Amino acid sequence: MAKHWKTLLNGIIKENPVLVLALGTCPTLAVTTMAFNGLGMGLAATLVLIGTNTMISLLKNVIPSKVRIPAYITIIAGMVTIVMLLVQGFLPDLNKQLGIFLPLIVVNCIILARAEMFASKNTVLASAFDGLGMGLGFTLALVLMGSIRELIGSGTIFGLTVTKDVIDPMIIFILAPGGFFVFGILIAITNKVLAKRGKTRPETGCAMCPSREFCKNAGQGDCSEANFQ
Amino acid sequence: MLEKKLTVSSSPHLKSPVTTRSIMLDVVIALMPALVASVMIFGVRSLLLTLCCAAACVVFEYLYALLLKKPQTVGDFSAVVTGVLLAFNLPVTLPLWMAIIGCFVAIVIVKQLFGGIGQNFVNPALVGRIVLMISFPAQMTYWVAPGSGADAVSSATPLAVLSGAEGTMPELAELLFGLRGGCLGETCILALLLGGVYLVLRKVISPVIPLCYLGTVAALTALGGAYPLYQLLSGGLVLGAIFMATDYTTSPLTTKGRIVYAVGCGLITCLIRLFGSMTEGVSFSIILMNLVVPYLDKLFPSKPFGGKPKEKREKGAAA
Repeated sequence: MAKHWKTLLNGIIKENPVLVLALGTCPTLAVTTMAFNGLGMGLAATLVLIGTNTMISLLKNVIPSKVRIPAYITIIAGMVTIVMLLVQGFLPDLNKQLGIFLPLIVVNCIILARAEMFASKNTVLASAFDGLGMGLGFTLALVLMGSIRELIGSGTIFGLTVTKDVIDPMIIFILAPGGFFVFGILIAITNKVLAKRGKTRPETGCAMCPSREFCKNAGQGDCSEANFQ
Repeated sequence: MLEKKLTVSSSPHLKSPVTTRSIMLDVVIALMPALVASVMIFGVRSLLLTLCCAAACVVFEYLYALLLKKPQTVGDFSAVVTGVLLAFNLPVTLPLWMAIIGCFVAIVIVKQLFGGIGQNFVNPALVGRIVLMISFPAQMTYWVAPGSGADAVSSATPLAVLSGAEGTMPELAELLFGLRGGCLGETCILALLLGGVYLVLRKVISPVIPLCYLGTVAALTALGGAYPLYQLLSGGLVLGAIFMATDYTTSPLTTKGRIVYAVGCGLITCLIRLFGSMTEGVSFSIILMNLVVPYLDKLFPSKPFGGKPKEKREKGAAA
């Protein structure tokens, strides 16, 4: 159990998908104009992640490695469709706010990256915990970014008025440039904090490299020379 | 200890009395006529806003170097120049705390986070202005009529009138003396030209960029059927062409590169003014051309010190 607990925490802090691995940047920047949208997007992606990680881990010995990417995407698309229909049915307002970004969870890098890096090599239970941890890390980062942008850009948090009547909100923070400002500064702070605690960025290494099947040095992490056959 | 006193570097060992500090002081001196004109046109508040911006920029620069334990660069006056230029791009009625936010963006976000002086990829003062413009559109486009002082009477800028807003178009002489609505430092063309001539005479800037920029705008607005003279004298064009587009860090190194850069600035300004929904496009055009400066420097590389001209070099290689 302790191992699973570690996997869970890993996704939330040390390998936070948004702030450390810098995955899923597109939905992060697009939907965090409000804290509530960030929360909704994060929870939807968490549900998808738990489902796809579990299913891919279950099927890891059945899927031939040459067609694994199409197979993963099919599973992910199926999971996203379920979540999308649930949101459309029960949370129509959130559905309207998230718009195209809800179906686009299919192409969220976090989900395919976890399938490829974790679920295809680990047990079902560990994969489910990894999905939950990564999803919560994603949600946490999105809510944090959404809160900052909503507070400065609209003077509210989760729709509640905070500074709106006292200070004029800075509209740029709910526009695209403000998203990049907040994103960059949060990554810088995360790096600083992790470095202080003696933790360096995790090596993405050969497991993430698209050329690893053709590379002589696969698994040794040496990319200094061209080692393609 | 000795290493700190001896600077070991490779040749050429050139000595020059020109330092960042002396250049920046020249720019400050060149900006003074426009500041005096602005105080006469818009009242003491424009002096207050300028001082506030300059002080805020200096404080942010000092605090950043102090907190991040970087070498202190506040003595080179570049922060003062950024602050004064930012203030010149603001309407005189802007609340001081908003101006301070603009200073923070200019110094901390644009200049220091990218490595300090000489490393910023766009003009800090202009990004400060654009962030304020997008964040507080109402306050940033509230123009007062000259001489109305504290009891502000709002008035349209000449450019807004040219693109169809209510209001009367000032006479050409009024435009020259700056008796019109607008940002606090951009209105008095005579004072800005005086500063520009001083900078050219002191060899701080080369006249290539301002002349090409203004010439392009004049030619294109004439072609587009607008009044070239009004277009030249309105908005922030003269301020931008003389003081913003010529920033060392964000303009090309060679004359050829500078011509392309300045013509590009003029083209984008005209496109925004004549076809865009905004009335003024000087700040956006300079920022956009700042971004392509590294490519212009690659296209038109500068000759290495002591290097032969291109044909001779090739002949030498063949022999």
